[in-house]
Amino acid sequence: MRVPVSWLREYVDIPAGTTVEELDAAFVRLGLTVEEVHRPPVTTGPLVIGRVLEIEELTGFKKPIRYTQVDVGEPAPRGIVCGARNFAAGDLVPVALPGAVLPGGFAIAARSTYDHVSDGMICSARELGIGEDHSGILVLGAGEEGPAPGSPAGGLLGLDDVVLDLEVTPDRGYAMSMRGIARDLAGALGVDFADPAALSPPAWSGEPAWEVSVADPARCDRFAMIAVEGLDPAAPSPWWLRRRLAQSGIRSISLAVDVTNYVMLELGQPMHAFDRDRLTGPITVRLARPGERLTTLDGVDRALTGDDLLITDDSGPIGLAGVMGGASTEIGGGTSAVLLEAAHWEPTGISRAVRRHKLPSEAAKRFERGTDPDVPVVALARAAALLAEHGGARVAGRPVDADERGPRPVIDLDAGLPGRIAGVAYPPAQVVEVLRAIGATVAEDGDRLQVTPPSWRGDLTEPADLVEEVVRYLGYDQIPSVLPTAPAGAGLTDRQRRRRSIGRALADAGYVEAPSYPFLGTAVLDALGLPEDDERRTLITLRNPLSEEAPAMRTTLVPGLLATLARNLGRGLRDVAVFEHGAVFPGGLRGPAPVPDVDRRPDDATLAELLSAVPDQPWHVGVALAGNREPRGWWGPGRPAGWADAVQAARLVADTAGVQLTVRAAERAPWHPGRCAELLVGDRVVGYAGELHPRACAALELPARTCVMELDVDALPPAPVPTGPVVSTFPPVHMDAALLVPAGEPEARVRAALAAGAGPLLEELRLFDVYTGPPVPEGRKSLAYAFTFRAPDRTLTGEEARAAFEAAVAAAGQASGAVLRG
Amino acid sequence: MSGANDPYDPKQVAALSAEALESAVREATAAFAAAADLEALAAVRPAHLGDRAPVLLARRELGALPPAARSDAGKRVNAARTAVTEAYAARLAELEAERDARVLAEERVDVTLPWDRAPRGARHPITTVMERIADVFVGMGYEVADGPELEAEWLNFDGLNFGPDHPARWLSDTFFVAPEDSHLVLRTHTSPVQARTMLARRPPIYIVAPGRTYRTDELDATHTPVFHQVEGLAVDRGLTMAHLRGTLDHFARALFGADARTRWRPHFFPFTEPSAEFDVWFAEHRDGPQWVEWGGCGMVDPRVLVACGVDPEEYTGFAFGMGIERTLQFRSGVGDMRDIVEGDVRFTLPFGVQQ
Repeated sequence: MRVPVSWLREYVDIPAGTTVEELDAAFVRLGLTVEEVHRPPVTTGPLVIGRVLEIEELTGFKKPIRYTQVDVGEPAPRGIVCGARNFAAGDLVPVALPGAVLPGGFAIAARSTYDHVSDGMICSARELGIGEDHSGILVLGAGEEGPAPGSPAGGLLGLDDVVLDLEVTPDRGYAMSMRGIARDLAGALGVDFADPAALSPPAWSGEPAWEVSVADPARCDRFAMIAVEGLDPAAPSPWWLRRRLAQSGIRSISLAVDVTNYVMLELGQPMHAFDRDRLTGPITVRLARPGERLTTLDGVDRALTGDDLLITDDSGPIGLAGVMGGASTEIGGGTSAVLLEAAHWEPTGISRAVRRHKLPSEAAKRFERGTDPDVPVVALARAAALLAEHGGARVAGRPVDADERGPRPVIDLDAGLPGRIAGVAYPPAQVVEVLRAIGATVAEDGDRLQVTPPSWRGDLTEPADLVEEVVRYLGYDQIPSVLPTAPAGAGLTDRQRRRRSIGRALADAGYVEAPSYPFLGTAVLDALGLPEDDERRTLITLRNPLSEEAPAMRTTLVPGLLATLARNLGRGLRDVAVFEHGAVFPGGLRGPAPVPDVDRRPDDATLAELLSAVPDQPWHVGVALAGNREPRGWWGPGRPAGWADAVQAARLVADTAGVQLTVRAAERAPWHPGRCAELLVGDRVVGYAGELHPRACAALELPARTCVMELDVDALPPAPVPTGPVVSTFPPVHMDAALLVPAGEPEARVRAALAAGAGPLLEELRLFDVYTGPPVPEGRKSLAYAFTFRAPDRTLTGEEARAAFEAAVAAAGQASGAVLRG
Repeated sequence: MSGANDPYDPKQVAALSAEALESAVREATAAFAAAADLEALAAVRPAHLGDRAPVLLARRELGALPPAARSDAGKRVNAARTAVTEAYAARLAELEAERDARVLAEERVDVTLPWDRAPRGARHPITTVMERIADVFVGMGYEVADGPELEAEWLNFDGLNFGPDHPARWLSDTFFVAPEDSHLVLRTHTSPVQARTMLARRPPIYIVAPGRTYRTDELDATHTPVFHQVEGLAVDRGLTMAHLRGTLDHFARALFGADARTRWRPHFFPFTEPSAEFDVWFAEHRDGPQWVEWGGCGMVDPRVLVACGVDPEEYTGFAFGMGIERTLQFRSGVGDMRDIVEGDVRFTLPFGVQQ
């Protein structure tokens, strides 16, 4: 809401010398945040009021030109050449005299033009930087009234007028008007407020302006109309009115439209103007009937729904209530009889209509927040008076007022409540004073207050609303700072600690965290080669996705990781290792979530149904790598990232979580069928790691041998509390062995057999070489292990170690056909 | 030379004479000094300190002396032996020092060479800022609570006093899950965690809830449809706005230093009444010290307490929340939101593992 300070001053006795900064601070304290301060561009030098005395039409030039004599308060008039034609002798106009500099550095000097000396310039609104109008010069008035020629024009034109742009929160409908903002400001400054709505409408008489009925009082509890006749359709809006509309960001259209807009800004009551001569029959306010349509002012033919509230006459719908009028009854260049409507609409209905028809407007913005139901008739009177003054119109008959308002609610307030909520001891008398200052009626019964909020505060319905008004009015800055004492806490949960540890471990291992948007589409799942029946294709989709290419929630982290990888590679990076952890959204909804009433806690059954309708969203972690895992350097060449790095990332995650991970070969998209590790905890598969399938690499334009890992962190069981091991101080026995095993035998099985066979004396078993090729026979591979044996309670003899070693080899022989390499 | 079993003949015990011993010491010292390196020294050692070296042989002769002469001669032999031993040790130390100096000099390396073989990683600053914030509240005794991102509409809106026609519930603001009657949304704020917590247990409640949230904004320099918030909720007997202010002041100081201050502006939120937006005075702002809009707060609206099963006659509560991206943007001077969401490792790496 744009607020010209000069306009505010009409209603608020702002102390002289109050700076813009002080006003800004006062508004911020009120909760009307100043978003922007608009100051008009600067004009320097002599800018005065002039009266046009004579006009001489010059001919023989490409365009009509006038040479004028203008009284600027000097002994003799000045001759000024002017290209505009929208003025007459006797008009008052702004004149920039030689020496003046207009906005944009436009310096005025006496100069010869069109065979005359022009001793100054008559200015348009745009030349003065106070409007867009450049169709003619700015005519400030005519006749004998008005300021004397030669007096400074700056103040009159509002060249020093600052406009504050205030953010109005959705609960404060009253602050969508000069009236409401002025009242708040007067209270904040502790000065007098003059209510522009405090008008006494004249005593009208005669026939009702029109026949009106309201069929749905729940949606419209007040509907008033006034008729004016004899309006001069060509009458211009006065300069000051156009100026205020411009300052408020509203374009001037015609006197009738400008007046309705002006009254809306002034009093907060939007109005609609019908061309009375285009109406047929009585007006009814009712809900739309099936199949009805309305062509609105913007020329759009709209299908209506049963929730659309309409203004209708015998021809059918003529307006979408509170949102936009119809084209068939629009006022135009020939309208001289106008029927003005001012109503009070139920706010949420307006909201729905705005949303349904995508028709936001200044009027709807006010109706949605709630307007003052007391004000429609006052607003009509105000508008009629302006049309009479500036357009020669007169009120025809007597206004109609279909008024179905119920009694205003009374709120029972404990006078001590504001203080108890704020933590400030407000005396009850002060609470009452504030409530009265915001316009409420207060009946006191000891500390029990019966508060009737003012008509313009439909937002005040509960004691908490009144509490906010009291605390706001007395200042949030009065609230002290006191730290409460929470009960002793237990810190993070194991689950939270685990997530943090996993993130740290992966970062320490060289992965960079890269959270991605959790949306995907089927195209990427196709590119990854997921089979038709893959569970990751069961998606939860959005009704209104950001992009039709990614309308669903991710069921896997892989697409996001690969997109991040590709983006980094696309920006010229070569060696990239990224990780992400976060929720995934497996498909399969469990049925609709209930929407219980909010006047009490949902019962246990409903609550259980509500909570179980929300699908599980397990926490996954994943990595993706391309390029070198270790860079080349002076130590030698780099080491390319490979499937083993992806598997190791999974082992790192499991280790960090305190969980034993086993690995076995598997085939699963999108991994390379020969380079895919299935990750298990016990019998449960918790993830996969390895090299991406070459076709997936190609489809996603990723480098060959890109590697990925994904693991379900929530599937990892809780880590047991670790048992402290017995640390033996007796000496170890070290032995090495190379074993020949079938080439296809998984090393993990060999190692497991060795460990099982070796028994408790085995302290460490380390694979230090894998070899194929001569002299190892075809179809075999050589695995070389280093054994460390140690006893907890004695020095191990060579025989004991040897026996354990041989048992290990024998076990591997049985399990994997391993034989000692000679 | 004489052995212990030789017949006694004092004239033959020349080895014990002062001259002979002095000579042996002199020869040994000279031989050691002449050894140019440790190898040479080791080579001459047996001749002067070995079993058959003069000073050791002399010792064997002592028994041949009459007891009266033994003491004197013994002292001489010992002195001579000590002198040879010391001469050897001195030369050995000298030669070892020389060798060490030479070998260590040869082993000199360029310690300025890089050794970045192990690649560096980093955690995303959104994660670490959330953790930092959570830790401040854990320090105040709060619990860290979390909830699902795909959430029941009732918990995201109705239960938090958003009426059925509230504009936040428009398709233009909130992501809705299909079909329409699923009544599921992508949560638009972390506030459903408030409702979940109050529905699950009785006060006192002191929780902080960091997490990911969604609104249908297009990504640009200042907006992202997927963003993060931290929400705080306290419900207890006798909580006031003063407690809320104290909490936020403490929090601001913990995050921005001892001079941090907050400023409140009255505002509107459906789930709090009274409500405020709060600014923090940020002295290190890259455009100079200024108030920075930080978050929203207020006293939990009694209607929310009722819907979540908390008796508003007995308990009051306060809640607050702020955007993590925004916090990161001004705290770390990040100009463009896209840098935060695009996952370019060059953006994230400087934040390190712990930020």
